[in-house]
This record gives sequence, structure tokens and C-alpha cells, in this order.
Amino acid sequence: AYAAAAEYALESLWLVDERFIIKDGDFVVLQRGDVYKAVQIQKKRKVIFEKQWFFLDNAVGELYGSTFEVASGGSLQPRKSKHPEIPAEVKESGMDNRNIVDDGRSQKLTRDDIETLKEQGLKGQEIVQQLVENSTTFRDKTEFAQEKYIKKKKKKYENIITILKPSTRILALMYHGREPGKICHLRYDTLAQMLTLGNIHAGSKVIVFETCAGLVLGAVMERMGGYGSVIQMYPGGGPTRAATDSFGFPEHFHRTLHEFPLCKVKALLAGTLSPDEEGKDSVDGPAAEHLDTTAGQLASSANEQRKERDAEDSSPEGMESSSVEPEDRDKEERERRKENKAQEKKVKMEEKRKKLSAAAALLQGRNADGLVVASRFHPCPVLLTLLRFVAPSRPFVVYCQYREPLIECYSKLREQGGVINLRLSETWLRHYQVLPNRTHPVLLMSGGGGYILSGTTIDDSASASGPQKAEEPAPKRIKLQETVA
Amino acid sequence: MSFVEYSELIQEGDVAIIFLGHDSMFPLMVQSGAQTQTRYGVIRHSTDLIGRRYGSKVTCSKGGWVYVLHPTPELWTLNLPHRTQILYATDIANITMMLELKPGSVVCESGTGSGSLSHAMLRTIAPTGHLYTVEFHQQRAEKATEEFREHKVDHLVTVLNQDVCKDGFGVTGVADAVFLDIPSPWEAVGHAKSAMKRQGGRLCSFSPCIEQVQRTCAALAEHGFGEICTLEVLLRLYDVRAVSLPLPDFGPDDPSRTDPGVPDRAGPSVPTNTAVTCRTAIAPREMAGHTGYLTFASKSLV
Repeated sequence: AYAAAAEYALESLWLVDERFIIKDGDFVVLQRGDVYKAVQIQKKRKVIFEKQWFFLDNAVGELYGSTFEVASGGSLQPRKSKHPEIPAEVKESGMDNRNIVDDGRSQKLTRDDIETLKEQGLKGQEIVQQLVENSTTFRDKTEFAQEKYIKKKKKKYENIITILKPSTRILALMYHGREPGKICHLRYDTLAQMLTLGNIHAGSKVIVFETCAGLVLGAVMERMGGYGSVIQMYPGGGPTRAATDSFGFPEHFHRTLHEFPLCKVKALLAGTLSPDEEGKDSVDGPAAEHLDTTAGQLASSANEQRKERDAEDSSPEGMESSSVEPEDRDKEERERRKENKAQEKKVKMEEKRKKLSAAAALLQGRNADGLVVASRFHPCPVLLTLLRFVAPSRPFVVYCQYREPLIECYSKLREQGGVINLRLSETWLRHYQVLPNRTHPVLLMSGGGGYILSGTTIDDSASASGPQKAEEPAPKRIKLQETVA
Repeated sequence: MSFVEYSELIQEGDVAIIFLGHDSMFPLMVQSGAQTQTRYGVIRHSTDLIGRRYGSKVTCSKGGWVYVLHPTPELWTLNLPHRTQILYATDIANITMMLELKPGSVVCESGTGSGSLSHAMLRTIAPTGHLYTVEFHQQRAEKATEEFREHKVDHLVTVLNQDVCKDGFGVTGVADAVFLDIPSPWEAVGHAKSAMKRQGGRLCSFSPCIEQVQRTCAALAEHGFGEICTLEVLLRLYDVRAVSLPLPDFGPDDPSRTDPGVPDRAGPSVPTNTAVTCRTAIAPREMAGHTGYLTFASKSLV
């Protein structure tokens, strides 16, 4: 694993610029204003974003962070230079709004007029200019109000799309804004806390259990940089990794990723995990249910193609003899195909068995360096069970959308022991508008971002070492301190 | 041990964190033959620490015990000797994510201060990244250098003793991210921009005062930075405790009454309950209401 990582590091040294260039097949994030969407660059494939259809072909070869406009026909036009701001028509502006009456009639252009302008090919900026010129109240507005008006119209009519390189920051923002239900309403700053409190870093062995479409898993993997290992525990048939795909990790990252089914955890802990049971899982788990991104769909269809090719490659040599009748030949075809399928299945089962063994081996040592949990399941049983795989003096972090289940966890952990520095917390987040003489917190604020329970494991087993002395007074003292918590 | 890599056993030369109880910890340097006093007695490094597993319970000479923890940047932040006001995990976590730090990232930072954020960043960018940290106070720069060496992370960091506003970060075109926590960040924006990679990068400026934020945002816009965003994040801690709420006494039930009337809150089976216990999360009386405003921006070639 180190050799591969060293290779990648060396590659990155020489190809530093490459990382900044958009390539065909890359996973990217489209941005327009505050709206984000994760897609995969596929030439000649139409993408829909913010009510527009277009092709991403022209993005290939451009730098990440480039901005584009959608031209008629659906092609992207790169915007080479930053357009100058509309020269603030500060010739005329008012002092305040005492005489401005909002009767909805100050804009002389009708919706049809604007459509006409659009059809004539006017760019967003030009349309905004037209709106300003045709507004009877514009010159009465204060300078600030004029700026605000222009900003609002720009947001509506300017069609600037930015193509970004995916990262935890961008994907967490996207999911929280777009599909919070898919990630248990985990707000991005809460995710940030989890990664730091969990001391997620390269070279460690981390256990992750999440039902956040793979976003938390991806975030952990990004912070591990392809070093160390991640074991994803999963409920049901298979792990969900739609969001993880959107990160666009290089191939070698996936060698560090393992998965293990929850339903085999008890067997593993008891030491009764038999090789026969392994591989009995359904072959293609319900990971399919979350293929809502083109990325996911493309990944699975690519898999399908690969499977078909493999099947063809592994077909046994045909026993063709030139004197076989056509009917018999058909029958032979069918038999051969059946054999191929059975062979294919066998190969797949063996692969699954091997992977399960590998994951089990990693868990068996009960020396994981950390545990990260973020799911819709009740955190108590998850935490109490999975903590058994974690080494002493290692952090763990549990996210829950609600507080009460974590309160229960806290109490149970206090009773059970084996953990210290238990902490129940949430973070409060507020954005600011910073403009000269107009600086203030933004009006709308997130109401809540979920809760985190964190702590550190310790070895509570009565270990015999050091001088043995009568311990009555002092231990009581330390115990008292802990219960006050 | 290392701040950037876990190890199982305590070794000579390690920095370990001794945990005495709720909110009571301190760091120590493990040395053969050395002894450390605690309120529970003496810890003898050679017999009690070296070779033992991190996370173990260590019994001190007076009979009480402590836990020995593997250092992490978060534990270090809570236990380091303050030479300046420091950043705590809540802000650090957001900075790390918003700057998109990860293994291999090259980061420029000023001022180094007490090294709280520095340690966290080193942990995140290891093993292939690098941190260039600038501190204009000579003793602080020297202390930071010493600490990085003791903590075995010196190969990942370069400390410069100079004024970032005048002389920049000492490097150009290499940084994926720049962090500023200085009195006049707007004076360093230009240097930050040139320290960053040509193709782009992320910037963060931390300032306690809104006036500083305003000047910094203006400077960022002037220098062509985009995605300028200012936010603040606060930590809300909860105390989990069982509380007892007494039940009111409305007087005895009228035995002749046929209709239930006032519901018996104590419950049908046990008529003499005087209190109910709830397990709940209580907010502390006071909390940190402000640390600083975090301003983020992106440098883009386009």
C-alpha cells in the first residue's frame, strides 16, 4: 500500500498542474449562485442543472474554477475574463424611500419583453441593464438599494456556471442545501467537528457507520488521503456510496476501503464467523436505491459492462467440432452460457468471501484508531457494540439529529465505563453579510445542525502493574469527580 | 508516539497526556528515570509508563490512579502552555474543512502564536504536506520550533521569524491554503495571494473585530478573490444529568367522587410519588459567546 501511495505522491509532484485541469470522466460539482450539483463529465452527454440542459464537452481542458455561460444549442462558453461590473449609474440616487410607492408598476418591461430580449441573444448582464433603464423608481432608490436591486436581478438573469473540484466542503454544503434528508440533516460545520474530534488522519484505521449516502465516508477518506484503512459497517444488503463516488477519488483510494455487514458483527465478536456464511449476502445489494446522481448511474453501468466483459473472457474453451448440427449448436450455446453464469457467480462469491475475510481480519484485532457514527439508527446499540473494536486511548464521535438518544448513550457509557472525556455538544453557525456600512448577520440562519457525542476510550480492565497499595481513599475521590459529570 | 501517527505503546521521548479526572489533564515528556508529581502521588516513568499501552490506568504512589493518553492535536490544544490566545477545536475544525486541508496540502500560516492550529494542520496534511508558519515574535518563533521538534513533526514544518505583512511567507506559488490570524490581515492579502499556487487555493482570515473583517473583505475583493464568505461558529456544550422534579400536592382525592376529574399525575398504581426523575441535557450557565469571525475566500486564475 505504501508503494502505491509513494507512486501517487511522486506523480502528484510532476503532474501538479494536472490536478487543476478538468478531464473527461472527472467527477465535478456545478455551481450557480448558491446551488450546487454533482455530476460526472461525460462527453456528448446532456446534463440538466437549474432548469437548463447543456453539454459539458467544452469544459474539458479548462481549469477548475472556470466559469461558463450556456449558449444556445446547449454548449458551454468559457468566460475568459471577469466582466466589469455595470458602471454604477450613480449619476442619480435618492436619500431614502419615503416617497417610493411600491405599486408593482415601476418596471416598464413586461415578461414577454424580457423573453424577447433573451431570444435576441442578450446576455444576462445586458438584460439587467435594460431592467435598470426601464425602471421608473431606480433613480429614486438609495445607492445601497440600487446595488441590492442589481444584485437581485443579476442572480435571476445572469447565467454563470462555475465548475468546481469536489471536496468535503463543497459536497457537504451541497447535500445540506439540496437533500438534507439523505444525510440525516447533518450540517457541514457539524461534519467538520466530527472529522477533527475524531482525529481522522492519514495512516490510521477508522471504522465508519453512516447512513448519509456515503458523504461521511467520503469526508473520512479525503482526510486519510489514501493512507491507512477505512472499514465501513453497513446495515442491510450493501453499503451506500453515492456521495462517495462524487468525491472522484483516485483508484488507489479504494484499496484502503473495506466494508463489513452489521449482521455478522455478533458472530465476529463471538469468534464464530465461519467462512461458509461469508458470501451469503445478496450479490448486488440495495446500493442501487441511492443511484440518484449520474455518477452513481454511470458507475453502476460501467460495472455492468465490466461484468459482461469478464464473463466473456472467462468462458471456457468451446468444444466445437465442425460436424455439429445447428440445433445442437444452439443447445451447446445455451449450456455454455449457463456454465459461464455459474462460473461468474462462483468467482463473485469467492471475491466477496475474500473481501469479507479481509475486513474481518482488520476488525478482529480490536485495535481500530477511531469510530465515526452518523446514522438514522438509534446510536446506543451502534456505539456500545462498535466501540468494542476500538483500541484504548482513541477518539470516537457519534452524530445524531436528535439529542435524547445521545443522552441515553452518554448515560449508558458512564455506567459501562471504558470511556472518558464524554462530551455532548452542538455547534451554532451564523453567516455574515460584509459590505461597507451594511455589515450584519445574514437574515436567515440555520436552526440546528444536529448533535455530537464524543469521547476517548481507555483501558478499564484491572491491569496488574505498578506498586500494589491499599486504594480505598483515592479511588473514591476520582470516582466522585466523574459522576459529577 | 507522534502527533501525526498513532502508536500502541508509550516510549521514551513521547509526549503523553495524563488524565486525572473530569476536565483535569496535563502533558508530560516521558523520560527514563524521571518522576512526575500528581495529586494522587508520584508517577515513575520507567516503571509506570515506558512500555505500557496508551489508554492504560496508572496507579500513583499514593494509591490513586490516572489514565495515560496518546497525544492528539485536540488534547494538545486543551493542555498546551499559552503564549498567546489560542484557537480551539471548534474553530479549528471549520478552518480545516473550509480550507480543504488534507494529506499533501501545502499551507502557509501567520501568526504561529502558541501552535494550537499549527499542530492540528500538521496532523491533517501529514505525511506528504508542508506547513510554512510565520511568527514575528522571536521567542514565540523559537518556542514553536522547539515544540515541533519535541513532537517529532519538524520535518513537516518550516518556522519563519519575520513580519508577514512586510516580508510574506518566504515562498511563492506553492500553497494550497493560507491562514491569517494577525492584527492587520488586509496588509498580508497580497503576500497570501503570491504564496498561493497559480491555479488557485483557499484563504482564511480569523479576526475578533468586525472592523478588521470589513477591511479584510475589501482587500480580498480588490485582489480578485472570489467566494468571499464570513461566518462564525460557537460551541454549545451540554451537561448530562439526572434531575428530580417534585410533583405538586393538590390535596387528597375526594373518595365519593365517581368522575375522574383532575388527572392523577403520579400515575395509577403508585399514589404517593413525590418527584419524577428526568435524564436531560442542561446548558451551562455561561458559554463562550465569541471567539472571532472566520472569513474564507478562493483564489482563482479565472
